[in-house]
Amino acid sequence: MSSTTADAHAGGHGHGHDHPKHLAHHFETLEQQYGSGKLGIWTFLLTEVLFFSALFVAYTMYRAQYPEVFQFASQYLDTNLGAINTIVLLFSSLTVAWGVRNAMLGQHKMLCINLLLTLACAGGFMGIKYVEYSHKFHEGTLWGGHVDSIFKADPADISEDMKEHSHAWNGDGELVAVKDLDPVFRQRLGLFFAVYFCLTGLHGIHVLIGMILLTWLLLRAMKKEFGPDHFGAIDFGGLYWHLVDLIWIFLFPLLYLIS
Amino acid sequence: MADSSHNHDAHDDHGLAHPVPLKLLFAVFFTLVGLTILTVITGQMTFAGFDLALAMVIATCKATLVCLIFMHLKYDKPFLGMIFLFSVLFVGLFLAFTFLDSNEYNADINEWVRDNMTISQ
Repeated sequence: MSSTTADAHAGGHGHGHDHPKHLAHHFETLEQQYGSGKLGIWTFLLTEVLFFSALFVAYTMYRAQYPEVFQFASQYLDTNLGAINTIVLLFSSLTVAWGVRNAMLGQHKMLCINLLLTLACAGGFMGIKYVEYSHKFHEGTLWGGHVDSIFKADPADISEDMKEHSHAWNGDGELVAVKDLDPVFRQRLGLFFAVYFCLTGLHGIHVLIGMILLTWLLLRAMKKEFGPDHFGAIDFGGLYWHLVDLIWIFLFPLLYLIS
Repeated sequence: MADSSHNHDAHDDHGLAHPVPLKLLFAVFFTLVGLTILTVITGQMTFAGFDLALAMVIATCKATLVCLIFMHLKYDKPFLGMIFLFSVLFVGLFLAFTFLDSNEYNADINEWVRDNMTISQ
């Protein structure tokens, strides 16, 4: 193939003998190659939506069953951090979409900058997530079955330190310590955090995979591998990244904004 | 999609690249940020049972914007959008069928809870 690439652009798609440089031999045209890739990534995104849907269904079922538990537990989440993370991810979606544009137009330098910005946003997102997670581990607001969870523990076993921090406002605007809650209600609070950690955890894993993907794309972009007829990888990686953003767009109000 | 390949030269460029205008990308981004702020504000109010519905409507608007512009669906073959809509449709079915069944075992669950949940204190 490579010996016939030199005049690929001059000859256009003429007789199908002179393959464009980036056309794999099992495709007839660049359009077909790009279309196949696009069909592939969208099919993958379909499976991703279904993958996450199991947890969303679990969320919906438990919330329908125990609305008051979800309402109460949601107060343990920091809305500001959640909102900042939402905007960080939205910005990273912008830079990826911009990067796809750069690749299409052959703007190598801008493409690298945008991929770097996206990576930085992903890192920032994970950083804030780390702050949130470590806060929860510190205070014992963990999933129901966890030994250190204040929701599971016998009130006598809850350390003074935990008691000090672990409280939330009840419906009447009064401060309630976890140990003073109704025992059944307390155990159900652990359910909310089980759902929270599963949903945000799976999403976080997707962000990490996205970071690996973005690093690979950045390394290729630095070698100027992408251009107007060869931007598929950037486009498809970008689509995956947008899906991660889409999931978070729904996670944020569902977990942080239960009033 | 590209079975009769030789007629495709009529496209501009290669028929591959369709860069989204920068202005549009930024407009979408700022709209998304605006909607995020809106959902945080409305999240702190109460709308007599419509809180969740409102939050989901706003989230769906945001998701639609991301899909159409950032994810290019507006400019792509409708088939790709259909794939995505089908996945959402099946999530809806998943949810609906689970809901149909959800109260079916309440008696058993309550019995189990009564027998097995040893609650301290």
